[in-house]
Amino acid sequence: MAWDLKMGNFVVRRLVVFGICAVLGGQVQAELKFEITDFVGKRAPVAVVPFGWEGEAENAPFDISAVITADLSRSGRFAPIAENDMLQKPTTGVDVDFDDWSILAVEAVIIGKVTQTGANAYSVQFQLFDVFKREQLVGYRMPASRGTMRRVAHRAADMIYEKLTGIPGVFGTKVAYVTAQGRDDNRLYTLVVADADGENEITIMESTDPIMSPAWSPDSRRLAYVSFENNISTIYVQTLRTGNRIKVSSRVGINGAPAFSPDGRKLVLTLGGIDGNLDIHILDLASRKVTRLTTNRSIDTEGTWAPDGRAIYFTSDRSGGPQVYRVGVNGDSPERITFEGSYNARPRLSPDGSKLAMVHLDRGNYRIAVLDLDNRDLLVLSGGSQDESPSFAPNSDSLIYATRQGRNGVLETVSADGLVRQRLASRQGDVREPSWSPFLN
Amino acid sequence: MAKQSKQIFKVGLMVISLFALGACSSTSDMDEDGSEGSTVSSSDSSGSSATTSASSDGGQLTQEEIRAQNALRQTVFYFDFDVAEFQAEDRDTLTYHARDLAANPGKRFRLEGHADERGTREYNLALGERRANAILNYLIVNGASRSQIEVVSYGEERPAQSGQSEQSYNRNRRVEVIGR
Repeated sequence: MAWDLKMGNFVVRRLVVFGICAVLGGQVQAELKFEITDFVGKRAPVAVVPFGWEGEAENAPFDISAVITADLSRSGRFAPIAENDMLQKPTTGVDVDFDDWSILAVEAVIIGKVTQTGANAYSVQFQLFDVFKREQLVGYRMPASRGTMRRVAHRAADMIYEKLTGIPGVFGTKVAYVTAQGRDDNRLYTLVVADADGENEITIMESTDPIMSPAWSPDSRRLAYVSFENNISTIYVQTLRTGNRIKVSSRVGINGAPAFSPDGRKLVLTLGGIDGNLDIHILDLASRKVTRLTTNRSIDTEGTWAPDGRAIYFTSDRSGGPQVYRVGVNGDSPERITFEGSYNARPRLSPDGSKLAMVHLDRGNYRIAVLDLDNRDLLVLSGGSQDESPSFAPNSDSLIYATRQGRNGVLETVSADGLVRQRLASRQGDVREPSWSPFLN
Repeated sequence: MAKQSKQIFKVGLMVISLFALGACSSTSDMDEDGSEGSTVSSSDSSGSSATTSASSDGGQLTQEEIRAQNALRQTVFYFDFDVAEFQAEDRDTLTYHARDLAANPGKRFRLEGHADERGTREYNLALGERRANAILNYLIVNGASRSQIEVVSYGEERPAQSGQSEQSYNRNRRVEVIGR
């Protein structure tokens, strides 16, 4: 599986202004000049030199530099130059000739090597150099085995990305999603977890009945989801490493839309009850105590926690069509958040709390939009007709969502400024409901 | 699934003893699917002989019975976009379903609510539940018992017809009566 890179076709000037505002509000200001010049769509040329290898076999067991190259390229902010264009291929810092890289107008050079230290033990070393300043920005040596090489490569890419942009990289994170294969009465639903680049897919759960709404625990160890086994909606929490799952809600009526609290101890969920009055509830996972948060006769669903844990954002059609509301976890009176357009649903907050992503009806098309909670600017980020399930990356800098390609759903990511969009190359079946993991430790 | 439920309704109807009231059998209320005749013929012969059969222990179905029968054959109810109320023209049909449940306390069925794929999945799940509940409430008001009916919503997860056409969407916004 591979990601195709597409630059978004958006009005760049307005986005530059937006970008600068976002950047000035950010916490890391010293390293952001680089970021701003890069915002207009120009991808910074960098060089990832093929890593050296010292070991028994003729070749290294894993191509670390290829993964770093792919990660940086996929971010849309960097343009790694071709290996053929390199005038030198150093593997240690002393061999780096900055003049050679200046000629190529390369802004940063990444070198490294893999050294075998045991039967299945290796040391991965990498260094990042700023060509203009002629100095090392970061250098690390990390232990690895054949099984952890890919993870180590992503971690290196994350550190390089953060050093160059001031934004933590998310190459080492994961994505959960649901696939449906087959048609009509002969369908197979799977809950899948994969690396953020689409590699390493692992099936978590499989069913001939629908699976919906996967949601990560804040420690990335568990997934909550809705399953329709036995023709009733039930919410499970499954531990990824062991596969053990606990049934946490199977009440009369709908049990839907689970989302973990920031401390991982509670779920916000939607319960229909015997009267079918869909409301937002909070379930304490330890005590199993359920607290009802909304009582309106309208549909209240798709709750999600504010990062500070104090409020729930949710969808309600109490004003007629679906709009996003906010309610304190102690159950104060809900406050309407979205006003632009007739359909705003399925809110998700950026982990930094500054932005609200949602599905927004945009001139007849359901698209992903992000509302800046400070200045109230609404930015439509996707271009499909049936886009859904936006989920922020843990660095708040990009989102993943599902869109349609022919009859099937496929996944796309988009930077929060709308400039870079990528599609996860089509795979079998219908892919939907992506959920981006928190940072993994 | 729908076939099963129809089967149950048919059997339920057969149990009711039938007396002819002499009225000509009218087909004006019948569905257009043309399969109507087979249901009746199991309790009687062809239409031509019906006009002559006025015996004391059997005979022609009344118009009302035929209407009820036709009503019970309808097990899918369609909804407008983003609307949870069933359509006005289904009111009479649902009244027959309610009376049938009231007359047969042992009968159980499930209402499955569905939505078309437009919009978000969980909101559509809610909408499917709302639709099924709109029918549930009407059935209860008209004599059915709550314990006879189970409600489940599948939202947009189980379309009747896949595809992105308006026709598919129309067919997918529905509540199905599933016999149990």
